[in-house]
Amino acid sequence: MVWKIFLFLLLAFVSIAGISFPIVENPQTWYQFPLIPGLEENAKIIFFHVPTAWLTVIGFLVSTIFSIKYLRKKNLDDDAKSYVAAQLGLIFCILATVTGAVWAKFAWGSYWSWDPRQTSIFALMLIYGAWFALRSSIESEDKRATLSAVYSILAFVTVPFFVFIMPRIMDGLHPGSADDKFTPSGGPVVNFKMNSSMLLIFFLSLIAFTILFYWMWNVGYRSLLIKEKLNKKIIRG
Amino acid sequence: MKPYALFKKDYHSELRTRYAVNSLAMFIIVALSVILFSIGNEKVPQNLTGGLLWVVIFFSAMSGLSRAFVAEEDRGTTLLLHLIAKPSTIFNGKLLFNLILVFLMNIVITLLYSALFEEFIIRNILLFLLTFFLSNIGLAIASTIIAAIISKAGAKGTLYPVLSFPILLPLILISVMLTSYSMLGTSFDQALVEIMVLVCYNVIMLTASYMLFDFIWKD
Amino acid sequence: MNNYYLAAEQITKKFGRRLIFKDLNFKFQKNGIYGITGINGSGKSTLIKIIGGIISPSSGKVIHQFNKENINSENLHDNLGFVAPYLIMYEEFSAWENLEHISKIRGINFNTELFNSLMEDFLLLDRKNDLVKTYSSGMKQRLKFIFALMHSPKILLLDEPTSNLDDAGKESVYKIIKREGQDKIVVIASNENSDLDLCDIKLKLQDFKL
Repeated sequence: MVWKIFLFLLLAFVSIAGISFPIVENPQTWYQFPLIPGLEENAKIIFFHVPTAWLTVIGFLVSTIFSIKYLRKKNLDDDAKSYVAAQLGLIFCILATVTGAVWAKFAWGSYWSWDPRQTSIFALMLIYGAWFALRSSIESEDKRATLSAVYSILAFVTVPFFVFIMPRIMDGLHPGSADDKFTPSGGPVVNFKMNSSMLLIFFLSLIAFTILFYWMWNVGYRSLLIKEKLNKKIIRG
Repeated sequence: MKPYALFKKDYHSELRTRYAVNSLAMFIIVALSVILFSIGNEKVPQNLTGGLLWVVIFFSAMSGLSRAFVAEEDRGTTLLLHLIAKPSTIFNGKLLFNLILVFLMNIVITLLYSALFEEFIIRNILLFLLTFFLSNIGLAIASTIIAAIISKAGAKGTLYPVLSFPILLPLILISVMLTSYSMLGTSFDQALVEIMVLVCYNVIMLTASYMLFDFIWKD
Repeated sequence: MNNYYLAAEQITKKFGRRLIFKDLNFKFQKNGIYGITGINGSGKSTLIKIIGGIISPSSGKVIHQFNKENINSENLHDNLGFVAPYLIMYEEFSAWENLEHISKIRGINFNTELFNSLMEDFLLLDRKNDLVKTYSSGMKQRLKFIFALMHSPKILLLDEPTSNLDDAGKESVYKIIKREGQDKIVVIASNENSDLDLCDIKLKLQDFKL
């Protein structure tokens, strides 16, 4: 209970700080953010876009980890946990794509331009979609769990290609792409200068969203397990 | 060699029934015709032709490569295979069949395509051949493992492209890039990074497939 | 000549969350014909598939040993002969082609004399070059026996061995089962009394179910 209150306070602080702290040329106090030419007020989206992309990957990672656990122990509870993580991952994936497109519009001029990282978040959405399609086409619970675990692992090994390799070698608009003059072939994704208060809010946001993910996942899989127990009772009659 | 014997069985079966080859050949012709008719009298911009080739290759692969496992499942002979060979032999045999099918299919497609689209001109032939060789291997490996997965699910026909596309996407992107390079005449050294990525992809896919096939195959 | 040891230890099988049987144990150490029987749905086919390594148990294990050496699951298929109604041969090939391909895939030479002699035992010799597509269901069933015996297995698992067979077919099958039971372990899963009459020991599946 206590940590839920803590989470609420943290998220509230992050949201308010992220949105309302002013952006000025020369930050004097702790609650002022520096001005980044070209972005100005819009820089604040970083507090929300990056965490959603981060959670997409976390969702996928957790889903795959529990898939591997299922393959070892054949415990269907692991499959339920994997499923819930994937559902959350998909939601955050859609959010990341949308917030990314919004940011793209005011930073680069159009909502979508097939920049490698945009392509990779789109590919992640396709993977999630394919995974759910596969699951819905299998009746038997064991087969469903096994096959979706296998596909999840297979998809997981292609993710490094999208996230690390392709953006470095293809021309693109994100910082760190092949044609970026400042950090060619190898910079971090996030490349603008954040002062210490921005960094603080940014990391707090990441932490807050991660805890939020954990909470949603926890509630999700527990309710799924209860639902399955109830179904079993009803079938038994 | 046992996987080779499995390939020969599939080949013999194919000769006798001609299921796969006929429908695949027709599909290639239909796909190319649809594109030609849709373009009409317009000229295809040269830089588009490289990508379009891989579109045709992808959809033809989706049409023909699932047969290796789906046919066994549909006719109920999977149990028989279970009883005569271990999982790695089965995978090797089916992979061999799909490899040969992919190479034959893509040679036909590429030849037809270059005949039909005059704008498709390759300057660095060696680079293209290398790309062709490596990409076909990757295509065969990924398609075979996904075919194994969907053979055990329902809705096999539609599910196959849906599952394959995300897994094949890195391969397709790199192949399109390399095809553009070979059309521009880029030298081999400049394309080295992309070739390495392609080799990595093949190695990773092959390793993952071997490790995962046992789980798919055994109930 | 008795060298095969088959044992089941604490076998439990669930499909999804549905329990089929729990903590099954048995040991077969002598040659002979063993029967598995039980009401429909009690898990006879499931159990025989688990013994044959076709399905995995949810927990527990099956031990196969020949001459005191363990046969691991990767090589089990070469030592075991399996017949079942749901086993299907390649219908586009003839009996000869089927068994020839199968032998090559197993990595052994196609033993023509053995093939002909088995075809004769099961009254199929005159149809050996006809496509399996043209066989009746009884002929297909008999062909499966030939498939199960061609590689000289050390253990035979027969699920409903006489399904689809007429009296003459049943006679030929019983003759072979009795012959094989002399020098190997034969396990039959069936509800037919005539099948079970051949068995020295019978396992009744309801006894194990909770």
